[in-house]
Amino acid sequence: MEYLIGIQGPDFVLVAADNVAASSIIQMKHDYDKMFKLSEKILLLCVGEAGDTVQFAEYIQKNVQLYKMRNGYELSPSAAANFTRKNLADYLRSRTPYHVNLLLAGYDDADGPGLFYMDYLSSLAKAPFAAHGYGAFLTLSILDRDYKPDLTREEAMNILRKCVEELNKRFILNLHSFNVRLIDKDGIHDMEKLTVGAK
Amino acid sequence: MALEDICNFKDKPTHKTFPFYASEDTSVSVFTESFNFKWRGEMTSKKASDVPLEFHVPSLFKRPSSRASHSVSVRRPFPLSHGTTTLGFIFQGGVIAAADTRASAGGLVACPAVHKITPIHSHLVVTSSGSGADCMLWERILTREIRLYQLRHKRRLSIRGTAKLLSLMLHPFKGTDVCVALTLCGWDKLIYVCSDGARLQGDIFSVGSGSPYAYGVLDRSLSWSLHKEEAILLAREAVFRATHRDAYSGNNVDLFHVTAEGWRQRQREDLKEEYYRDMEKRGKKMDLKTKKAAKITQ
Repeated sequence: MEYLIGIQGPDFVLVAADNVAASSIIQMKHDYDKMFKLSEKILLLCVGEAGDTVQFAEYIQKNVQLYKMRNGYELSPSAAANFTRKNLADYLRSRTPYHVNLLLAGYDDADGPGLFYMDYLSSLAKAPFAAHGYGAFLTLSILDRDYKPDLTREEAMNILRKCVEELNKRFILNLHSFNVRLIDKDGIHDMEKLTVGAK
Repeated sequence: MALEDICNFKDKPTHKTFPFYASEDTSVSVFTESFNFKWRGEMTSKKASDVPLEFHVPSLFKRPSSRASHSVSVRRPFPLSHGTTTLGFIFQGGVIAAADTRASAGGLVACPAVHKITPIHSHLVVTSSGSGADCMLWERILTREIRLYQLRHKRRLSIRGTAKLLSLMLHPFKGTDVCVALTLCGWDKLIYVCSDGARLQGDIFSVGSGSPYAYGVLDRSLSWSLHKEEAILLAREAVFRATHRDAYSGNNVDLFHVTAEGWRQRQREDLKEEYYRDMEKRGKKMDLKTKKAAKITQ
């Protein structure tokens, strides 16, 4: 039902998420933001069960902020991803697991851009591109085909537009708008919302 | 309830009946944190001189065991049902909250004159849907907590704070049969909070079994620039159409109008009248049609 996508370039990460907050068959909100800002250069995209997403994401967000307050410097994206995964894993075998699928995107001044794919079973993988949701089935092949490691921002946006077009064409649900953000050495930039007309 | 807290009156038996916490978590080095506003550290109810809400909720991110896999300890004598139509929307003149007044239990109309919209304080009204008993309880708990906050901190908690508080209070009960879907209607904000954990701020919400029908009417005609009378008419018609089609909504409609000066309640109206008015309007249209047809044939 929900869709997340991330594409990593040589010096940036481009991420997008749909804007629908649904409750059974009703779209309750058309402009819901599924991205959580963990720090100046790290974004957490979170989809899954209704209350779990916000609770878990806010918990991670506050803990990352706390680390910065205590130690004076920020967690790197890789450290944040591993911290998140550890928390997910700890709760997985408890009586109250969090059912959330995540993408963590960040820019490290030392290591460069990073995109981390995380699953509700707390698997973690650093990937050049990734997607979550039913829409991922339709768009991963486009990414496989068109992605190259040294793409420019324009090219990344084009791939993103192609993915959204494909969703609009073949996906049974109407996901009509997407929040798009770009992370690079200068921080997080809001890009223009991608909207498509109704089918 | 608030008076109880201020006077330090500990009604022990009531609180012990909550089956959802305590013993299981004591083995872990997790302190039981009582639910109050000072969640800065290890506060237990003994420490706090002002008695907080005696929920003894264990540390916020460990939920109790009763998820779907565990069987409910109390057997239900009848199935819970969630028939209702409530809606709220923002426009230039403030916020309108409307709801039907039918409480159904399966196929029976348990009560035709229920209050689904409750004021919390002078500028906040909450519409409820889901299980009637749960909603009633949680509204009272919320009212108490808001009042206690106001007494302690000499200012009112914002509506977003209220929504977050409610969401966090409901969180331990996620996965149990508590079914509560409240829309907090302030004078410039609308926030939907549900026992699943969802917390959404928006411009228009409709909740309940009749909500799709209400959305159909509202999405067509709602705009920011409506006059107050038009907005009230629209809200009433949306509830009417929903009650017309949904078996579990009906009887009367309650309408609240919340502005910066506070909420005002309109008199409860029987939807039967709305139905007859609608029939009459259609009747008039029919008359025009037959007249036109007659003219042509002449």
